[in-house]
Amino acid sequence: MEHVIHLTVNGTPISGRVRSDRRLVDFLREDLELTGTKEGCGEGECGACTILMNGVAVNSCLVLAVEADGSEILTVEGLARGGELDPLQKEFAEKGAVQCGYCTPGMLMSAKALLSRHPSPTEEQVREAIAGNLCRCTGYKKIVEAILAAGGRGRA
Amino acid sequence: MRVIGRPVVRLDALDKVTGAAKYVGDMKFPGVLHAAILRSNCSHGRIKHIDTKDALELPGVHAVVTGEKYQKPTGLYLKDRTLFAVDKVRYYGEPVAGVVAETPELAKEAVRLIRVEYEQLPPVYDPLSALADGAPLLHENLGNYEWAPVFFPKPGTNISNHFKLRKGDVKQGFAESHIIHEETYCVPHIYHSPLETHVAVGYADNGGRLTVWSSCQSPFAVRKFLSTALDIPLSKIRVITGYVGGGFGGKAGATIEGLVAPLALAVPGRHVKLVYTREEDFVGAYVRQGLVARLKTGVGKDGRIRAQQCELYWDAGAYTEYGANIVRAAGYTSAGPYDIPNLWTDSYCVYTNHPSGGPMRGFGMPELHWALELQMDTLADKLGMDPVEFRLLNCLKDGGVTATGEVVYGVGLTECIKTVAERIGWGDKKEGVGKGIAIMCKAPAMPTNASSSACLKFNEDGSVTLMTSAAEIGQGAMTALAQIAAEELSLPIEAISVSCPDTAITPYEWQTVASRITFSAGNAVVLAAQDAKRQIFQNASYILGDHEMELVDGQVRVKGRPDLSVPLESVVMGAFLPDGSAKGGPVFGRGTFTPEGLINLDPETGQSPRPVAFWTFGAQGAEVSADPETGKITVHRLVAAFDVGRVINPVTLEGQVEGGLVQGLGSALFEEMVFGEDGQVLNNSFVDYKIPTSMDVPAIETYFVEVAQQDGPWGARGVGELPMVPTAPAIACALKRATGTLHRKLPLVRHGRD
Repeated sequence: MEHVIHLTVNGTPISGRVRSDRRLVDFLREDLELTGTKEGCGEGECGACTILMNGVAVNSCLVLAVEADGSEILTVEGLARGGELDPLQKEFAEKGAVQCGYCTPGMLMSAKALLSRHPSPTEEQVREAIAGNLCRCTGYKKIVEAILAAGGRGRA
Repeated sequence: MRVIGRPVVRLDALDKVTGAAKYVGDMKFPGVLHAAILRSNCSHGRIKHIDTKDALELPGVHAVVTGEKYQKPTGLYLKDRTLFAVDKVRYYGEPVAGVVAETPELAKEAVRLIRVEYEQLPPVYDPLSALADGAPLLHENLGNYEWAPVFFPKPGTNISNHFKLRKGDVKQGFAESHIIHEETYCVPHIYHSPLETHVAVGYADNGGRLTVWSSCQSPFAVRKFLSTALDIPLSKIRVITGYVGGGFGGKAGATIEGLVAPLALAVPGRHVKLVYTREEDFVGAYVRQGLVARLKTGVGKDGRIRAQQCELYWDAGAYTEYGANIVRAAGYTSAGPYDIPNLWTDSYCVYTNHPSGGPMRGFGMPELHWALELQMDTLADKLGMDPVEFRLLNCLKDGGVTATGEVVYGVGLTECIKTVAERIGWGDKKEGVGKGIAIMCKAPAMPTNASSSACLKFNEDGSVTLMTSAAEIGQGAMTALAQIAAEELSLPIEAISVSCPDTAITPYEWQTVASRITFSAGNAVVLAAQDAKRQIFQNASYILGDHEMELVDGQVRVKGRPDLSVPLESVVMGAFLPDGSAKGGPVFGRGTFTPEGLINLDPETGQSPRPVAFWTFGAQGAEVSADPETGKITVHRLVAAFDVGRVINPVTLEGQVEGGLVQGLGSALFEEMVFGEDGQVLNNSFVDYKIPTSMDVPAIETYFVEVAQQDGPWGARGVGELPMVPTAPAIACALKRATGTLHRKLPLVRHGRD
């Protein structure tokens, strides 16, 4: 069965027709061609598909597109505003928090959700906030440093 | 130094933090069809019948392919596999058929409609049983396969390679020994766990040309593999790689491409996309091989190692086309970073009904060093000698001799050991906390003629496009190679752009593996830059006259005459003289690098004065405690020091080492593929196969020693795999000091409670 959904994605109002079983990650990646959001496992274990739904970090592989009807979605493509990178994006690049980059979009979105709740989080809070985002490349150290720096707590 | 040794921000960072970076799974293809694979539900069986009728009749299905059409064996070093199973299946999860359909869902539905009848054959799941008399044979036709001459299969057995090393006189060495220690060590299978699963898209045109887009480390190896298996000339196959979402060896050689290519050939004119599910990714490419290692080591009263006998039994899985070389590499490195005068090693590549073993970060070295370093630590204890002192006494130094009889120079290992000991506070006691150290060495394991090449194309404004076929798998190859080019050409890093591999366009690269890209492709870039400079100076000489010239900050200058110069951009397209005539032409630098003078190992003794391009050495320390009530193991600190020759980019280098340490931590504590009685992987998801999270990571410190590699670019040698190598033994040795017990089986969280 198909449904018409209306939602805001990265500040832009969007309408779409989706089947009941269409996952939000597929709606974003295929229908809207927002391929910044990645899929790593399809069962909510790796966090690569993390996006913000009404300000809350969720795994978009576990959300149906119809459930996103009426919601406000932020993906990695919407992080930069007016040509200006988000401080998280800047710090990830500069601190070397990016390697293969496949976990990066999800990691950034989990960090964004954290900073919106706790603008200047502690290291423990950072580690907890990204505990559901697996990274196989970096060992997390530089990711944690980048998020702390974006929260104003980093080493210079 | 302008850019070498500087923390240059990765060239791919902006693309990756904005979501603009395109991985193969992100690329759009018009009218794309989708593939799914039927995999065996039996680990050893004869295929009696495959019925594809119902699948083919399902509306929306375009093609079904089985092994019937492609029976030619292929493989990297030993041609022992086919694209889809032919006659037999040899592991649970082996591809038996593939379907092309309108949607991924339809393809999966069609797969369920294919019926396969097997005659079950007795399976064998461990290397020792597979070597026993009367063990079921996996490859009855082993003797008819083709292999590279440096491998030694034993037809009629399950041994696909027997590597032998005989150095000195072990009998005499043991007779001179004061203490002899014999022990067995075990390493389970583990899985690479890249965040991006394997993805490939195939397209066959009606003229017999095949294009494959693949998330892979080795586009040229893929092309060769496909050419052999499909009987298509190399010139008609094109392999393109985008950004790769992690490889760690699992995307080396050729894997998923061998499935998508025959499916694409079945539907010419249509793109066919195959994306491995996470579950499928666990068995659909390579896994790290299991190992049973038996060591016997003798030391004199003075603490010096006199002799070692080493038997390595590798659980190499169903197909060993790539794994055979891991067995060889571990064999010729079987003395590890130690100077051992008398050595006897047998390393066996053994077929079992497990998924195919293949390269994973470290290429046999983490497994080998697990055994070696625990053995050495025990010997130090038995001697009553400090483990750091024992390693300092016995480790390779300048003028030392490796297992193969090679005399080594420029070895910074002693400094690495001292750095780690100092930084971890060796000798300072902490209540309830044990400290451990482990050391390592590794060389790139590759054919003696493994080559790299690079092109530097100048643009009209003096900027440059650097073309290599080094895959950007996260390691930072793109940035390191651009830094080398910028330094050689005295240009800002912003002037260099780097392209991703495309076998039809970018020049030859053997493979992005073995920690060899910075060294090998880096050398090719240096040579390409030198070639470009010759052309630039030639063009400039038409204006400035014949002089010795230099390129500094975008100016071509006559040496010693700073007043005589022309801007670089005015001569990169040739020289234009005042009378309107043109001379020279666009600058296009080329460089190729093949390590020279590498000599095959003697087949009987495993000796060679120079079997490999270079050695990298390092040391790691760990601080560990264990709760005596619950057995919970806590790793508090990891400290690493590696002799990298020359730091090209400190930030990406630290990142490589931190990431490798944490992968090593996972393999030490909890990573293990668990197989059921039927050979099926039971923990094939991130729910059940745990890799480290941000909560599992201890404090990490990294240090770098820089004893230049004489033939490395700016003195650099490879490092990417190394931090994976000594992590597990360093943790186990620390745990031993915390608890008094040495655990010889990985992973520790399971076996630490034995």
